[in-house]
Amino acid sequence: MALPPGDLIAAEPAAEDIQAVPVRHVGRWIAALIVAVIAVSIIHSMATNPNFEWGLVGHYLFDHRITHGVVVTIELTIAAQALGIVLGVVIAIMRLSPNPIVSGGSWLYVLFFRGTPVLVQLLFWSFIGALYRTISLGIPFGPAIVNLDSNSLITGFLTVVLGLGLNEGAYMSEVVRAGIISVDEGQTEAAHSLGMSRLQTMRRIVLPQAMRVIIPPTGNETISMLKTTSLALVVSFTELTTAAVNIYSNNFQTIPLLIVISLWYLAITSVLYVGQYYLERHFARGSSRELPPTPWQRVRRGVFSARHDPLSVGAVADVARPHA
Amino acid sequence: MAEPMVKAEGVHKRFGRLEVLCGITLEVGRGEVMCIIGPSGSGKSTFLRTINHLERINRGRLYVDGVLVGYREHGGKLHELRDGEVATRRAEIGMVFQRFNLFPHKTALENVIEAPRLVRNVPKSQAIEEATALLHRVGLADKLDSYPAQLSGGQQQRVAIARALAMKPKLMLFDEPTSALDPELVGDVLDVMRDLAREGMTMVVVTHEMGFAREVADKLVFMDGGVIVEAGDPREVLANPQHERTKAFLSKVL
Repeated sequence: MALPPGDLIAAEPAAEDIQAVPVRHVGRWIAALIVAVIAVSIIHSMATNPNFEWGLVGHYLFDHRITHGVVVTIELTIAAQALGIVLGVVIAIMRLSPNPIVSGGSWLYVLFFRGTPVLVQLLFWSFIGALYRTISLGIPFGPAIVNLDSNSLITGFLTVVLGLGLNEGAYMSEVVRAGIISVDEGQTEAAHSLGMSRLQTMRRIVLPQAMRVIIPPTGNETISMLKTTSLALVVSFTELTTAAVNIYSNNFQTIPLLIVISLWYLAITSVLYVGQYYLERHFARGSSRELPPTPWQRVRRGVFSARHDPLSVGAVADVARPHA
Repeated sequence: MAEPMVKAEGVHKRFGRLEVLCGITLEVGRGEVMCIIGPSGSGKSTFLRTINHLERINRGRLYVDGVLVGYREHGGKLHELRDGEVATRRAEIGMVFQRFNLFPHKTALENVIEAPRLVRNVPKSQAIEEATALLHRVGLADKLDSYPAQLSGGQQQRVAIARALAMKPKLMLFDEPTSALDPELVGDVLDVMRDLAREGMTMVVVTHEMGFAREVADKLVFMDGGVIVEAGDPREVLANPQHERTKAFLSKVL
């Protein structure tokens, strides 16, 4: 018996979407319950324990000594991390040099600065005046052109920036080196075959691609640097932590002040996270067919998909197209 | 007779103790297309890479356009060239790689304008104009702003050819340009190379495409074990190989 084609289509079994009974994840429910109970009890104790002194936290959060400390901490972080990144790139490139003295020098640098505690290095810089009374610029082993008094040249700010920045340079050089060797050798060959010099190849071809590998650990290092600036306490340079210690050593409100500065460190770290996200996105150009959406694009897409078919991938791809 | 574009005299290359090239002597005339075939490990890619000094030769002499590659002869001694001098000479030799090696962080257009801008200081508007024309020529007029990851293998290889041509080279080297491509994409790349040969570009092509070699090449070289086993007119070598090793190789690939 010959069926008309319409009957064949109608005979197909899946005329409507599947409505299956979902699996019950009992283990997940129990785990969620445990986490919720722990979270609620922590919040409850923080809210009810009077020793937290939340009133004082609010009072000191925007105290001018604290906010000044925040500014100094940010300045220190930027200066020391910038020094670390510049040194890191230079040392990493030196490390990859075919000249054994150049690469050996950078190897020794990394060995020394990674091999001694940063706290000790910081103390060294603060006592630089005892080690070298004057700092001279001139011809090595020859006459000096400028003589400077160490103690007036190396200020508290400079002590911390040098101590943390030089140490950071050693760590950053390993991060940068990892990024450089992650770039396929074919890239260098292609650039060389086009007549580009070693420097041009490094600057225009290798480093921009290495950035994708370099940025996540650099974000990590920057966040770490933000908190390491609190070591300025030991050389009596006033940034955020030292400011809080100065206050609580007078009024003995230790806990509220530690909470205040913790909140500030958390806030700055969160801002750094956002910066890192956008940097990573920028250097992801070309690495995948589509860039991940920015949070703002995600919000817009959310609004869109509420109105339209949630599977309309075309709209998403349109929003997330890489910028030329 | 005019100076040949490439002249190799007893070129040797060692990697450690491994002899990869054991005395290669050949000439590529101006406007000629030479195809080099041979089993993997025969040294054909290595020889190609010595021509633009990506590999340094250990013995013999290699000339491009009458000028010694990688060295300067002075007072009976060879002097190494500075990086800058090597780069200047490389800029006149285009190279296309098996794995394309496009710059993944740059669009097709940016890939093509990069070297003229950086090495030749061509003004940006002129570089873009020339690059656009080149990408038109290789059939990618609608892909100027695409990143390599958004292109098929065949499209990427054609961008790579345009990138090499943007430096207006006098010699083009192709290192197995179609070996990494899906079979259906090989044709587009070979078409571009065929056009290039027709326009009189001097080309040295390491390839496994016997059809292309038969049709386009002026000379065919069969290499094995770091030496040239047989060389001559491609139609003759392919149809009537003289040497046992050539016969054995061709019986496997044809």
